[in-house]
Amino acid sequence: MIRIIAAREAKALFSSPQAWIVFAIFQAILAWIFLARLDAFLGVQAKLQHLVNPPGVTEWIIAPLFSAASMIFLMIIPLFTMRLIAEEARNQTLPLLFSAPVSSLEIVLGKYLGLLVFLCAAIGLVLFMALTLLLGGKIDFGLLFSNVLGLFFAAASFAALGLYISCLTSHPYLAGIGGIGALLGLWAVRFGSGGFFRAISPSDHFDRFNQGLVDTGDIAYFLLAIVLFLMLSAWRLEQR
Amino acid sequence: MEIPDASLILEARGLSLSYGARIAVEGVTLELRRGEVLGFLGPNGAGKSTTMRMLTGNLRPDSGTVSLCGIDLWKDPLKAKARLGYLPETPPLYRDMKVDDYLKFAMKLHRAMQDSLPDIKEKCGLQDAGSRLIGSLSKGYQQRVGIAQAILHNPDVIILDEPTSGLDPNQIREIRALIREIGNRCGVILSTHILSEVESLCDRVEILHHGKQVYKGSLEGSRHAVEVGFKHPPSIDELSSIHGISKVEALSDGLFILRHEEKQNPTEALVALAADKGWGLTRIAPSRGSLEAVFAELTREGS
Repeated sequence: MIRIIAAREAKALFSSPQAWIVFAIFQAILAWIFLARLDAFLGVQAKLQHLVNPPGVTEWIIAPLFSAASMIFLMIIPLFTMRLIAEEARNQTLPLLFSAPVSSLEIVLGKYLGLLVFLCAAIGLVLFMALTLLLGGKIDFGLLFSNVLGLFFAAASFAALGLYISCLTSHPYLAGIGGIGALLGLWAVRFGSGGFFRAISPSDHFDRFNQGLVDTGDIAYFLLAIVLFLMLSAWRLEQR
Repeated sequence: MEIPDASLILEARGLSLSYGARIAVEGVTLELRRGEVLGFLGPNGAGKSTTMRMLTGNLRPDSGTVSLCGIDLWKDPLKAKARLGYLPETPPLYRDMKVDDYLKFAMKLHRAMQDSLPDIKEKCGLQDAGSRLIGSLSKGYQQRVGIAQAILHNPDVIILDEPTSGLDPNQIREIRALIREIGNRCGVILSTHILSEVESLCDRVEILHHGKQVYKGSLEGSRHAVEVGFKHPPSIDELSSIHGISKVEALSDGLFILRHEEKQNPTEALVALAADKGWGLTRIAPSRGSLEAVFAELTREGS
């Protein structure tokens, strides 16, 4: 059942023009950042050689690229999640799922995984962009791996939060704005003083992946957030 | 212990729901047997759709129970919903999907056999529409896709909310024939505000007004009925003791519907008795289209 719903969701995303437009903008901005960082790297490359332990091309280009991708995800994932439940509620198509022998959790997981497939394609494109650097030199695969993992967890947790907000309203725009607001809020929470605020904000957790540090604590943070919001979504659908 | 009635495929008891202070549905109790078409009648805003949403598990009632083929809809929703087909007021269609893809998706959701697709499409008159986008179909065709979606897994209970709305007269005839045909195998509940639809399609009717059931009746009987009004109405017992009258239904304001056997029209006896006892007969008419009278009487605003 989950697979059936996920397949339909992914197919709907891949065949909708809106998704491709957002995809194209995402890719264009990242390409600009990628080229700008590459240009800067080529400019200082000669000087870097005199340093004892010079930063490589991965730290110079790939890490900022993934960092930017995570910020853009923060903005665009709510645009995708707002469709998942809120738009169906608005179009009154939810009864198809609700009167079929499918549980709320299956609906939530199906929709979530469908979107995740789409987001993985987006991450794949960022990865592909990074791998083009192999044409001109070597890259640090460990750092690249931790960045891909970090970006995946960030995207997955943003999508789970967005999905939950999508369950709360039948106005897609409200769900979109609410999602962006909540994610930006969580991002801004890091500026609060004290370890608690830094711990609940996804920023620090992602930053460690971004620096090449794969910490089980950070993985647990993202997994917990994903499970929490998926459970809340299923519960919310159950209560309607 | 009560012996479970195998033919009883839907049973709803005391369904109530209120939105804040406004009571949407109050104490609705329903039974549906296999092979029966139940008409759900009521003016707009009477709570028909709300009731249907509760019967299909789309809306949680404040109180009351629903069971399908003996399975409680809220305790064991997946099993109960497997026996259910539902067409809401707005057909739940994904506009950017092709008809075939949509129906295949619905079949997978209901774990139905994919090879019955051509059969279903033929039944609903969708043979030529398979590769068209749902969003580009006319309202009538969309409604057919909606009906196809509700019946494609051969459910025991089919709930159709205004199935013929938006269709032209020919399509209405086809859809009615289809509903009649399905109604022989399983049970159908359909809501409508078209009286003739109920009269031509349904075995029984329930009239809903302001969220309450105000009338339950079999349509068999209503075809042989007399409508009478009295200034000084007698008791129901007095009326039902008149020869030939099988059932008396009291409406408000001294109005009654008197059912009788086909060849035992009680009009003559009734008029004589009314004059004799000074009931003040104000109105007597053969109840052709009695449903219309009942409907108008029961749902008149401000009465």
